[in-house]
Amino acid sequence: MLEGILVGLTAAVTPFNLIMVVMGCVIGTLIGMLPGLGPMSIIAIMIPVAIGIGDPTAALILLSGVYYGAIFGGSTSSILLNAPGVAGTVATSFDGYPMARKGQAGKALTIAAIASFAGGTIGAILLMIFAPALSTVALLFHSAEYFALMVVGLSAIAAFAGTGQVAKALMMTILGLMLGTVGEGALSNMPRFTFGMMDLQSGFSFITLAMAMFALPEALFLVMNPARAASGSSDDSGKITGMRITRSEARTIAPVVGRQSLQGFFIGVLPGAGATIASFLGYAVERNIAKGAEQEEFGKGSIKGLAAPETANNAACTGSFVPLLTLGIPGSGTTAILLGALLALNVTPGPRLMTDTPEVFWAVIISMYLGNLVLLILNLPLIPYIAKILTIPRTFLIPFILFFTLMGSYLGQNNSTELLILVGFGVVATILRFADFPLAPLLIGFILGTMLENNFARAMQLYRGFDFILERPMTMGLLALAVILVVLPSYRGYRARKRAEGVADGD
Amino acid sequence: MALDRWIALAFVALCCVYGYAAFFTMDDQLPPILRRNPVWPSTFPKILTILGIVVGLVVLLTSKPKAESDAAKDGAIDLNRLGDYHIGQALALLGLMVAYALTLRPLGFVGSTIAFLVVGAVILGERRFHILIPVTAVAAGSIWYLVQEVLGIFLRPWPGIFM
Repeated sequence: MLEGILVGLTAAVTPFNLIMVVMGCVIGTLIGMLPGLGPMSIIAIMIPVAIGIGDPTAALILLSGVYYGAIFGGSTSSILLNAPGVAGTVATSFDGYPMARKGQAGKALTIAAIASFAGGTIGAILLMIFAPALSTVALLFHSAEYFALMVVGLSAIAAFAGTGQVAKALMMTILGLMLGTVGEGALSNMPRFTFGMMDLQSGFSFITLAMAMFALPEALFLVMNPARAASGSSDDSGKITGMRITRSEARTIAPVVGRQSLQGFFIGVLPGAGATIASFLGYAVERNIAKGAEQEEFGKGSIKGLAAPETANNAACTGSFVPLLTLGIPGSGTTAILLGALLALNVTPGPRLMTDTPEVFWAVIISMYLGNLVLLILNLPLIPYIAKILTIPRTFLIPFILFFTLMGSYLGQNNSTELLILVGFGVVATILRFADFPLAPLLIGFILGTMLENNFARAMQLYRGFDFILERPMTMGLLALAVILVVLPSYRGYRARKRAEGVADGD
Repeated sequence: MALDRWIALAFVALCCVYGYAAFFTMDDQLPPILRRNPVWPSTFPKILTILGIVVGLVVLLTSKPKAESDAAKDGAIDLNRLGDYHIGQALALLGLMVAYALTLRPLGFVGSTIAFLVVGAVILGERRFHILIPVTAVAAGSIWYLVQEVLGIFLRPWPGIFM
């Protein structure tokens, strides 16, 4: 491990890569602060820039920096405006905004920054311990197990989608897998589902799809519902003062940070759970174990209530890198976009990443420490100035968001047809959002589709048919787990509904 | 019928079209040598078709009305009050994006970008042209420089007749 850390340090601590960390964190914070633009959209917009850099290490360092910056920026808008830019920072606004209302905005931002830093750093240490161990186990997997593992991952993402949402999430996953089959397949060079159109020969571009699924609907929602973007209407950002915290406050939040770093990390590792669940769960757990007056304080500006979700969401972000880096299976929409970016840079994440390109693997982990450090020492003093971005009027902001969305998609392919595909998918995605269909499973399905099919085909060829399911117990076990993951929440929902109907009848 | 059921119905219809292509047209083009393989290019799409139809029907038949499902999220769009939202502006911006896609090459990057940003802001109600035009011109110029000169991705800045 020590050797790896040294490799990572040498790769990450070059002047160019350090600039990338700083640039990523600043850009992420700036854009993440804008209400409505989440880390997924920001990373998708940044991908052409990252690919333009060419060096996978520098590109991934930049994108990770953007990711952390966006989460940090999201908490800033949660605290200052009660307008979370990201779902993962909604819980931050529960206590962060009341603190800002009491005139403690500076203190709230400092606590959020310290909690994020601690969560991210402890998460990175845990990642360093668990990822290599999991990689060693993953090396024993064959294509049959990989296929089954991806099926488990996709099912888990659907299963964690929420009550009554499992079937919808599964539908979106299958739609994503279907979109992934468009174009020339890996099995043969036969074009599939292109309907004779040359532009579809190489399939849909994942950047276009990512933009269409996240950035475009969000921008359209901002247009349709101005209440969604509180930007331009508040002058709170000018009043950030008193950023110091006292020693007793630090002592109060220390145990919260410790607990939530661990809990958040492990929730982040689970596919589909991610930063949002980690932050809500972290908040709920801390509120339940707090005693008397402290518990009363939650929701009214408790520093514990602010530190808990902030630590947990950052630790979960780091945790979500575990399945990506060790198995090559993204557990969240954001890591799915990162996977797409890595594939575009000719790096295949998975158990062999550590042996084939150790500098990429370790540089990413080291850059996480650096990123957290940059956020703490660079962004914290700059926050009062960066927060001025919240005063940009939406009449300027929205055309620029739309323009960056178009550019992100255009630069990936250098083709105007891509822009029309983007608008088409964007409209479909907006309609899907209206009906509350989750869109992350679609993108994860799309990105995993090719890998899933390749591993499936390899297993089929090796065993001359579907026998691989019966002959490999682990494959069968994993597929059974996938079925349980999908069926169990639906069955429990069905039982609960029946029971509720029974009560209603009795009345 | 609720919107999610309409979407599920459209999805089932899409699966039928997709399945028709997978089951009935795709295998005709397969070279004889590949027919001996246990897995064909159409195998995976066939499985997806069946799964898609099953899941689509589950959503179609079991989907709950909106009132029973989770509480509306903060800032979410309420479909029952669709008339209260700025739908016209959103549609105009979508139209503008299509126009941008069609004019990007003939007009060149700088011209079409300035036009896109200015018209977009005007659609949203901005009338301070003395700020708007310089801001968009500087933004378009600097983004062109960044993309073309720093990232090395070719973007034609001016209309084709000038280059």
